[in-house]
Amino acid sequence: MRTEHDASTAIDTYLQQHETKSLLRFITCGSVDDGKSTLLGRLLYDSKLLFDDQLAALKGDSLRHGTQNGELDFALLVDGLSAEREQGITIDVAYRFFSTERRKFIVADCPGHEQYTRNMATGASTADLAVVLVDARKGLLTQTRRHTYICGLLGIRHVLLAVNKMDLVDYSEDVFHAIEADYRELADSMGIAQVSAVPLSALRGENVSSRSDCIDWYDGPSLLEHLETVQVAHVADDVGFRLPVQWVCRPDQNFRGYAGHVVAGSIAPGDEVVVLPSGARSRVARIVTAAGDLPRAGLGDPVTLTLTDERDISRGDVIAAAAQPPQAADQFAAHLLWMDEAPLLPGRSYGLKIGARTVSAQITEIKHKVDVNTQEALAAKRLELNEVGYCNISLDHAIAFESYAHCREMGAFILIDRQSNNTVAAGTLNFALRRADNIHWQHMDVDRMARARIKGQAPACLWFTGLSGSGKSTVANLVEKRLHALGYHTYMLDGDNVRHGLNRDLGFTDEDRVENIRRVAEVAKLMVDAGLIVLVSFISPFRSERRMARDLFAEGEFSEVFMDTPLAICEQRDAKGLYAKARAGEIRNFTGIDSPYESPEHPEVHLHAAERSAEAMAQQVVEALVGQS
Amino acid sequence: MGVSCRLPHMDKSAGHYANGAAPTRIRTDINGSNMTNFDALAHASHLKHLESESIHILREVAAEFRNPVMMYSIGKDSSVLLHLLQKAFYPAPPPIPLLHVDTTWKFREMIAFRDRRAQETGCRLIVHINQDGVAQGIGPFAHGATVHTDVMKTQALKQALDKYKFDAAIGGARRDEEKSRAKERVFSFRNAQHRWDPKSQRPELWNLYNARIAKGESVRVFPLSNWTELDIWLYIYREKIEVPSLYLAAERPVVERDGALIMVDDERMPLRPGEIPQMRKVRFRTLGCYPLTGAIESEADTLPAVIQEMLVARTSERQGRVIDHDPSASMEKKKQEGYF
Repeated sequence: MRTEHDASTAIDTYLQQHETKSLLRFITCGSVDDGKSTLLGRLLYDSKLLFDDQLAALKGDSLRHGTQNGELDFALLVDGLSAEREQGITIDVAYRFFSTERRKFIVADCPGHEQYTRNMATGASTADLAVVLVDARKGLLTQTRRHTYICGLLGIRHVLLAVNKMDLVDYSEDVFHAIEADYRELADSMGIAQVSAVPLSALRGENVSSRSDCIDWYDGPSLLEHLETVQVAHVADDVGFRLPVQWVCRPDQNFRGYAGHVVAGSIAPGDEVVVLPSGARSRVARIVTAAGDLPRAGLGDPVTLTLTDERDISRGDVIAAAAQPPQAADQFAAHLLWMDEAPLLPGRSYGLKIGARTVSAQITEIKHKVDVNTQEALAAKRLELNEVGYCNISLDHAIAFESYAHCREMGAFILIDRQSNNTVAAGTLNFALRRADNIHWQHMDVDRMARARIKGQAPACLWFTGLSGSGKSTVANLVEKRLHALGYHTYMLDGDNVRHGLNRDLGFTDEDRVENIRRVAEVAKLMVDAGLIVLVSFISPFRSERRMARDLFAEGEFSEVFMDTPLAICEQRDAKGLYAKARAGEIRNFTGIDSPYESPEHPEVHLHAAERSAEAMAQQVVEALVGQS
Repeated sequence: MGVSCRLPHMDKSAGHYANGAAPTRIRTDINGSNMTNFDALAHASHLKHLESESIHILREVAAEFRNPVMMYSIGKDSSVLLHLLQKAFYPAPPPIPLLHVDTTWKFREMIAFRDRRAQETGCRLIVHINQDGVAQGIGPFAHGATVHTDVMKTQALKQALDKYKFDAAIGGARRDEEKSRAKERVFSFRNAQHRWDPKSQRPELWNLYNARIAKGESVRVFPLSNWTELDIWLYIYREKIEVPSLYLAAERPVVERDGALIMVDDERMPLRPGEIPQMRKVRFRTLGCYPLTGAIESEADTLPAVIQEMLVARTSERQGRVIDHDPSASMEKKKQEGYF
């Protein structure tokens, strides 16, 4: 009879073994039909991790959707979405779990198609190793190059090259060695240091978990043996203690702790720390956890620190070793993988999340883009879906960082679109641009308050937006006249006029429209700073650029005035004859015709031009600005 | 008889696989004793790694969302989540309330357990019942598993999310449970109609979770994504986390119906002709509505014994759920419609 004592002792022993077992996270990638999913299904099958009911479901599925003439089709085990099973391809990354006596594995099975590159990047970002499959009959393909490049970009240092379908080339040693040599050259050029190669047949299970009798010229480990033994331990070189603050813990007035996990180095009570970007210094008082205070915390530990001094620390700040502080900067060179259907436009404002911090970011320059298939550097003005670019980035706040190669958690970031809220890019920081250090804000004794006071007015920016011919300039002109008559100091920035001078070099592509607005917004900001009431009359068709303009100003300084004139009326007026030309195809990218206008969702002033006279609308704007007069 | 400490499923006979292709055995003995200390030291234990990842996720939710909630379903995964929730914010009480969508057909013990645990942990507990469904008398016996689950669980959940305007709902689902779950992100976006679009999920890199949403939209968050069923049980054992005793074998009144052992938990269960409840020693691998949750016969009346039984189990845990036995890919479809 089994007793509870026996069982618990045995489980304790098991738990100990289980706990000292290491974890390996890897991805499988390769071209379509290289047999990725088959290989993974085979690993699960061989390691007997399939349950009876899953096996029964697989048998049914193999008959219905399978590509192996009713034999077990292992690919169906891992392609989980119905669209994937119908099309026989992998669309999104799937996570699988298995373990042997020596290791636990988390596998991310990544799609091979170029259009799903962003999903592959999702899987690769958390992997220690990549298994790259190559069909022995085909050798290296474009996709092999692309996948290897993405692995290198995301800092995967180990690749296990699985030369699959060896049974279809008569287990030829020459074929294997030729592919291995080609691949080593490729990996080398992409900065991947560790490459091992295994000849195998996923379908027949040769050299997958056990060694193959058919490949007697190969005396290395099987794929699984390799995965079980490969050393991927990565010690961040020369990076001191780092803890990005995720959460400020304040249960009552007597306790103030900073929760986060250690992303580099280690820490003990009494150690001196510096808080970035503020630069404040203190010492660690306690390392608090629910299981009691710790004498030391190391890599990966989720802890709550208390300091010996009261410091102003909030989410997104980084607590670091005072002796080895990270740099802080607001301009960087970085690699970007663009992951959205809408292209990256330089100058547009995106949210940037790094560690626990989110700031505003603009791409100031695309130095070049990289063709992910050939790794050729190309000139570019924008980045399209799945393109990689090497860019300069400018942030609205300084952040503490490390280069991605030194510390992933301090050098990896994502970009978030402000309108769609989509994750549109993944990026890795390379180094800070020194420029940020050299331009200091000039301190001025006469400040904006003083300038506004002498004019006896509250400076403001009235931003008129609407279609061409909607009457923006007409109404803005009337507004300026009335304000002037009332004794206000004003200035008007008109789209057409500014394009004759300051923005003469810009055309009408999406990129140029963004830059056009950026310059005008900055000029308007300077004028508001000077104490003026500035009227801006620009089509400004994109919400995100108007948002960018708004973000430049203080709360209440910026008012969006929406000239809501139906397209038909604008086209009917056609004072400049532009609509006729656009309809005739003589002008491209004309707002309202072949380029979109995104209406304001919450304008401060909404003018319905179809119903009211220009004078009445001007009065409405003036009243909104200065009240009844 | 001593307990084998080998890995799960390592000792199954190859002959079991009916297609005739005997699977190759993994050679786990090669250099097995030579695993260097370096390897063990360089990697934190697997459970510690998982715990750290989950705590990171919970803190992100608390920091980035205005009005998050944790789905509390009383089962083992919820028990682990609640434990992690306490750890993540210690010494502060968890800043995230618990939501239980009560179908009114849960095991009685579950409800008692729920109320006690909420009180002990100091968490705010919100219980939501679909009163429309109650008024219509919806139940698993009268309307079948599919209608009951849709009305009392899926619709009820949407009602609760709309009523309280939660912008994030934390759930205990794991990627090892089911194929469509294996594809789901940790922060899984839902539109204003609570629908999941599996074909255009947001990319999710590193541990940088995108919590940005527009008004009315929400995110389902799965901190246990990378845990397996075994990890859950080992963690419960290591951390001494309390779970309902329904997981342990005991003499319980059951009837055998359509191949499943159903416990007669209260008088609402209509017995079919010839059905007489029998006392049998059973336990449950998952907990849900009692009429829809099959028991298994078992002698495992302690936690170590349950884990030991699990190590040699032959069926996956979701098999006990009547709801999953619909046509293939049904879970993906249900999830698209808002099921957790």
